[in-house]
Amino acid sequence: MTPVVEEVAQRPSRDPGRAAVERVFREEHGRLVAALVRRFGDLDLAEDMAAEALVVALERWPADGVPPNPGGWLTTTAARRGIDRIRRERQRDAKHQAAAMIEDDTPPEPTGPVEDDRLRLIFTCCHPALAPEARVALTLRMLGGLTVPDIARAFLVRETTMGQRISRAKAKIKAAGIPFRVPSAEDLPERVSAVLAVIYLVFNEGYLAGAGDDPVSRDLTDEAIRLCRQLRELLPDDGEVIGLLALMLLIDARRAARVSASGELVTLEEQDRGGWDRDLIAAGHALVRERINAVARTGERPGPYQLMAAINAVHTDAPSVRDTDWSQVVALYDQLYAVQPTPVVALNRAVAVAELDGPAVALALVDHPAIAVPLEGYHAWHATRADLLRRLGRGAEAAREYDAAIAATDNSAERAHLGRRRDQLVIA
Amino acid sequence: MTHYLMSVHGAAERNEFGDYGSKEEMEQAFADTGAFNERLQQQGYWVFAGGLQPAGTATVVDGRGDSPVITDGPYLESKEYIGGFWVIDAPDLDVALKLAAEGSKACRGVVEVRPFDGLA
Repeated sequence: MTPVVEEVAQRPSRDPGRAAVERVFREEHGRLVAALVRRFGDLDLAEDMAAEALVVALERWPADGVPPNPGGWLTTTAARRGIDRIRRERQRDAKHQAAAMIEDDTPPEPTGPVEDDRLRLIFTCCHPALAPEARVALTLRMLGGLTVPDIARAFLVRETTMGQRISRAKAKIKAAGIPFRVPSAEDLPERVSAVLAVIYLVFNEGYLAGAGDDPVSRDLTDEAIRLCRQLRELLPDDGEVIGLLALMLLIDARRAARVSASGELVTLEEQDRGGWDRDLIAAGHALVRERINAVARTGERPGPYQLMAAINAVHTDAPSVRDTDWSQVVALYDQLYAVQPTPVVALNRAVAVAELDGPAVALALVDHPAIAVPLEGYHAWHATRADLLRRLGRGAEAAREYDAAIAATDNSAERAHLGRRRDQLVIA
Repeated sequence: MTHYLMSVHGAAERNEFGDYGSKEEMEQAFADTGAFNERLQQQGYWVFAGGLQPAGTATVVDGRGDSPVITDGPYLESKEYIGGFWVIDAPDLDVALKLAAEGSKACRGVVEVRPFDGLA
């Protein structure tokens, strides 16, 4: 990107006219860049042309009004500039291969069932040959239209570091020939699951890091939900895509109740359920029901996101912790453990077992070497032990576990909650 | 089309059966690799391939000074070295990774895929 374009494109918005243009640009960014990548076969060029189109839009739209089809307008403007640039470069360097690209109006290679450039682009950005943190950054940049400073801020890394991470990934895509293509049917499930992992990572980064309504973390959760909705449009029959969308809606529904006014984490048990977003819960429940019906019809085995969504549906269905159908929750965790046998899943299952069979049974599970050995030092494991020990009246041990949990997390909301719990204990 | 180097990495220490556990395993790996090579040729991906003698046979030459300095190699001390490689010509990385997975299974080694910046 030229410095001027970059400066204009990334200047913070102050006037409402500019903010409106930027909103449309963000909304159209994935489609715009994806169409340009297909046309020019180059991520850098696509990004530059998209940024130039934004500059033109910022000049014209406030005066002339937003065109009826802003996405089409941006794509045409950007593509014209791309062709101009290639012409200039061709004249300068006599790069004849570029000529083919200018004349190329052949329709894109078929993507299979769905024709959408964004789908190709998200598979490119989430390619397994890229490092996971690069996939996340690239997806937010190319499809989400977030700026490099925004992404750097969200992941608490320096802007130059994030800039390099993204450029390195783009350079690898170009040099190693990572294709701009929807994977073949046999590879699709695995590749979709890589895309879903990136989306869930973006969501968690926004959800867990954010205390209250921090705008950057809000951006990330919204972006993850938006990307997942897009993916669902593109792959409407994929159960895990629906599962992840439902899961994120049901978690996001509890956002306002999750952190107190004083910045302390509020556990599920203590949350003000009246503060949960009923519209998001209804939308999430509808998706979970859609999957339950589909599974019943096809006999398809539900994947981890569908099962986690179902667990969250049980929670958001209950008026209180006491009224929660814990046997259902434990049964769903059993299913989840069967498809995803990780110690973290086993730990979460134990938390549900505590409600069903009591804290002593749960503590025995949590202390089983299969859970305790890999999770030693993990804050949620210590926090769970602390809570179970407290409920068993073993105050001194509980206090030590709260201290271990506090030492294992940097999250201020979580530390505040654990600290208060510890200080409530009466230690003889 | 891009050219890719697919290099096979294996333990520095080799026994009488190379990197393999037994004579049978070694022979099976050779047979599978041979079949894989034939497939590469038939499908038009093949450029060149070869297996290497153990890293202990390498010699390092530094010719940047007035007279070349020759030392007993390998250049980098490691527990694992390249034991052999393929050079293939493939339309994109997805195809190359697929072939690498087949090659890895055939020769029973880990394969690194790296694009060429052009071939002479």
